[in-house]
Parts: sequence; C-alpha cells; structure tokens
Amino acid sequence: MERVLKVQMAASLENQGLARSVAAAYASELDPTVEELTEIKTAVSEAFSNAAIHGYPDGNYGNVSMEMGTIKPDTIVIKISDKGVGIENIARAMEPLFTTDTGEERSGMGFTVMESFMDKIKVDSKPGEGTTVTLIKKLDTYYGF
Amino acid sequence: MDIIFGIKDNILVAEFLGEVDHHCSAKARADIDEAMEGYGSKNLIIDLSRVTFMDSSGIGIILGRYRKLSASGGRVAISGGTKAVRSILNMAGVFSIIDYMDTVDQAIEYLSRKEVS
Repeated sequence: MERVLKVQMAASLENQGLARSVAAAYASELDPTVEELTEIKTAVSEAFSNAAIHGYPDGNYGNVSMEMGTIKPDTIVIKISDKGVGIENIARAMEPLFTTDTGEERSGMGFTVMESFMDKIKVDSKPGEGTTVTLIKKLDTYYGF
Repeated sequence: MDIIFGIKDNILVAEFLGEVDHHCSAKARADIDEAMEGYGSKNLIIDLSRVTFMDSSGIGIILGRYRKLSASGGRVAISGGTKAVRSILNMAGVFSIIDYMDTVDQAIEYLSRKEVS
C-alpha cells in the first residue's frame, strides 16, 4: 500500500462527519467520480458509527483509527479499527436488518450499505479486543496522481 | 442536519437539510415526533430534496416514523433525494412500503387525494 495516511479520533458520533470528510479528502486525490466519493463517504460513515455505537457501548469512549492507503494505480483501501468489545458472531452481524438495537430504531443495514458501495469489505474482530473493518474500492476513473 | 417543518392540507412536511447520520438521528426523530404532536397532523411527508448526505441512519428515522403513524392510521410519503440517498432506502426495501414522489408538491397532492378517497 502506498500513500498511507493514518488518523485517530475519539469514538464519539460527533466525529462521524469528520471521519467521512477525511476519507473523502484522501480519495479526492485519486480523482473519483462524485458517485464514487459519495459511496466511500457513506461506507466510512457506517463503519465509524458501528465502532462508536457498538465498539464502545455505554458511552465508554475509546478511539477509532483510520488507515487509508492506495494500491496503485486506482484502488483505495480504508481500515477502520476500534479497540472496543469486538463482535462475537461476525456472520450474524453482517446479515441485512440484523440489529442488537432494542429501541433506538437502528436499521441493521450498516454492513449491507458498506458491501453495496464498496468492492470488498473484510471484518476482523475478537471479543474483548476490538474490530477492524477493511473497505476496498477500485475507482473507475484513473488519471494518475 | 436541520429540519424545516411546514403544514399544508393537514399534512406535516418535514424538509431535511444537510447531512443525515447517526450523530443527528436521535434529535431528528424527537423533533419530528414533537412536530406531529404539536400540529396534530396524522400524515407526514419527508422531503429529502435538500439532503446532501445520508447513511443508513435515515432508514431508521423514516421506518420508525412510518411504524408510529401507520399504527395510528396515518400516512407517510417520501419526496426528493439524490440517487445515492434513494439507493440506501431502496436497499432496506423502504419504497415497497412507503410511497415516493419526485417533488414535495406531488407528494402533498398524492396524500391529499388519498385522504379524500
């Protein structure tokens, strides 16, 4: 991976907009289409809110790390990690409409949105140790950087 | 995100402005529920024309309002929204249960007609 950029921020939902702006700024250098940029921002927004809401439940804030990189010439990789509670059953968590939510009206569509908007997503998680979601997307338009 | 509320023909129009994400969703839900009660309206249009960004939190806000209103015999319609916004709602099957119109005026006319018939 080249052009690696790492950032870390508090896992507060207040930073959700900042997380997607950072990803958008990074991706912009690769000259994505407006549609691709929206898709990247949305996937990052989902991964960040998962980390903030589910990684650190009960307002027990930790940090969320974002590592962005490029596989030349045109593939963007974004890893979003937390050191929170982890996911016990990854396959179940990724099912459309699955949610642990009981009253907050969450849709359970976060992973489905990430899968739809990115080419590939990978989830590594261990209970008690945290979760890393890797988002990979090949951009259609490539003019070099 | 901000929400501008308006009322026409006893239909509450909630116009979403800006970015819809989990950070703002709890307040958005509370604001809409409060406005529905305040105006005493049982029909709701959620206008997404001026939404610049939306993630899956929008699905929860919209389906939550739909559940509440349909339980009390009210109707909900959605208007506007970019292709990306509509694509997220579509993933969750929102348009199979909530009617969609291109513009808020069409949605008002549609719900008013349903009310009469």
